Amino acid sequence: MWCSRAALGRLRRIGTEIAPRTVTGFHRAMSTLPKVYVTRKVPPVGLEILRKSGQVQFEMWDSDDPVPRQELLKKVKGCAGILCVLTEKIDAELLDAAGPNLKVLSTMSVGFDHLSLDELKKREISVGYTPDVLTDAVAELTVALLLTTSRRLIEATHEAKTGGWGTWRTLWLCGHELANSTVGILGLGRIGVAIAERLKPFKVKKFIYTDVEPRPELADMIQADYVSLDELAKQSDFLAICCALTPETQGICNKNLFTKMKKNSIFINTSRGGVVNQEDLYEALSTGLIAGAGLDVTTPEPLPTNHPLFTLKNCVILPHIASASYTTRNAMSALAANNLLAGLRGEPMPKELKL
Amino acid sequence: MSAQDMLKVFITRRIPQEGMKILQEDGRCNLSVWDSDEPVPRAELLKGVAGAHGLLCLLSDRIDAEVLDAAGPNLKVISTLSVGFDHLAIDEIKKRGIRVGYTPDVLTDTTAELTVALLLATARRLPEGVQEVKNGGWSTWKPLWLCGYGLSGSTVGVIGLGRIGLAIARRLKPFGVKRLLYTGRQPKPQAQEVDGEYVPLERLVSESDFVVVACSLTPDTQGLCDKAFFGKMKKSSVFINTSRGAVVNQEDLFDALKSGQIAAAGLDVTTPEPLPTNHPLLTLKNCVILPHIGSATYSTRGVMAELSANNLLAGLTGTEMQSELKL
Repeated sequence: MWCSRAALGRLRRIGTEIAPRTVTGFHRAMSTLPKVYVTRKVPPVGLEILRKSGQVQFEMWDSDDPVPRQELLKKVKGCAGILCVLTEKIDAELLDAAGPNLKVLSTMSVGFDHLSLDELKKREISVGYTPDVLTDAVAELTVALLLTTSRRLIEATHEAKTGGWGTWRTLWLCGHELANSTVGILGLGRIGVAIAERLKPFKVKKFIYTDVEPRPELADMIQADYVSLDELAKQSDFLAICCALTPETQGICNKNLFTKMKKNSIFINTSRGGVVNQEDLYEALSTGLIAGAGLDVTTPEPLPTNHPLFTLKNCVILPHIASASYTTRNAMSALAANNLLAGLRGEPMPKELKL
Repeated sequence: MSAQDMLKVFITRRIPQEGMKILQEDGRCNLSVWDSDEPVPRAELLKGVAGAHGLLCLLSDRIDAEVLDAAGPNLKVISTLSVGFDHLAIDEIKKRGIRVGYTPDVLTDTTAELTVALLLATARRLPEGVQEVKNGGWSTWKPLWLCGYGLSGSTVGVIGLGRIGLAIARRLKPFGVKRLLYTGRQPKPQAQEVDGEYVPLERLVSESDFVVVACSLTPDTQGLCDKAFFGKMKKSSVFINTSRGAVVNQEDLFDALKSGQIAAAGLDVTTPEPLPTNHPLLTLKNCVILPHIGSATYSTRGVMAELSANNLLAGLTGTEMQSELKL
């Protein structure tokens, strides 16, 4: 009921064309066409684009689960292009295994912390990624997660299922409202702006942000004030982490940040797990330094089911589904395919990552 | 003031301090409180209201002819800690010349916020996601796993564009909603603010990707959302109700969800409340049920308590109420 039946139908047809674990696109002059490896069963629209182009011959790891490392290293050999998702580490080892033919790396994600940019740049490989097409879905999920956390929806659904729901009570399951609040954004990019735009009609009083430097054009769109990281922590009733994962942001959400935050504040991370020190977050939540946290990303992913964060009622954890809407995943697939093909033709990509 | 001149007030539940303070500090009231977080038993209610001049109640208290008779002729004002008043026998109250205070506006934002929270949680499958994470269903990032329906480019239909309906529409707009439809007894000028299109109910139901019920419960809206209603909705549509449980035929909703006639539903209100834990709706992955927490934030409940206390005092002293229900 939840899966697009058309999508499932197409996937099944591709799967039955050839051998179980690989899918290939057949063309007339097959042996002379550049080789492409697709590291996961991506939404069919992207594969159709590759197939219809007549430009490439491709193989695909025909599974919802990640391709094992050894298989990946084997399959990329001699490839001109690789279409990957965020679970594949594209590092020197892999690039060496691929060899000198490799011209284009196309990732079906906006995050690129799984790519060794130095190694790619060194080898003059162009990189495509998928910003913008997923901004709406990610901002939407971030707001969904924020509200689910601040209004205690998971606790509430649990009470409704398990008999904790007695009758209407005046202070039961009360949460914290957005009206008259200050919302802080750590890392003001496309997604941060989109989140703020969605929060505005909830009568947020003030938007503040921090970043490596002020972002006046983006900040103007949402009338947000630039503050230091410390001030962001001190003033925010809701703090949303929207930065990329870099050496500078690794573990930036730690004890130092949490101890400065308000007792009633809500912390939301939909960027990358590595930005948060999870032990410090656990401390902050369990001792009441902050009121609640919502995470769509963790370290590692998946988070082991015995992780202490799961014992906390005021911590909501989602399995990295920020861009998980049908239209968005299809758009990401199509864009990744188009980036790849453009790169192989030596033309400007629709969305190229500047190295 | 002598004991006889004191105005007798019965309060049917422990209410937030912000409200109690106002009543305690007013020297004219003799307060009797069912000092519990649980509802007052019927027998206690009938006893407690005897001779009361004022009654402060909650939506879980049915105020009908029996209660009014038990109260007797002193009763001048009923102040409810809610905006809904389907628990009050309005005809009986009007007949006896009793005034009614309620709490519109102060809970509009919070209820609209909860409605949007519920819509997003349902459409983007948050409770399912949380479950999968806890029970080991999360193995890795997958391109089509747990995909939901986004608001971007969608058509939203609001049934009942009142204070809360309009507040919901305002909050949904920046998510990239393409069309905002609404229906009701007549068009509303304020709909212009959200580019709302006034359409007949049937059109709203068949064209909307998200159907949000925000109307009050009346004889006309009782059981409005039934088999015929769900039968007209899109297979990919999401149904949200934060108004009153009785607007929905729950058996028909269950069938619609189970058979895939609609994609998902989110309810903050049910019949009865609480919903028994063995109710079939609670077994469905694509049905999110909340225990009526629309106005549940600390500050809003505090403001509601203040308002209901002030409404009550105004009724007792024959002065103008901040929020009086026109009978």
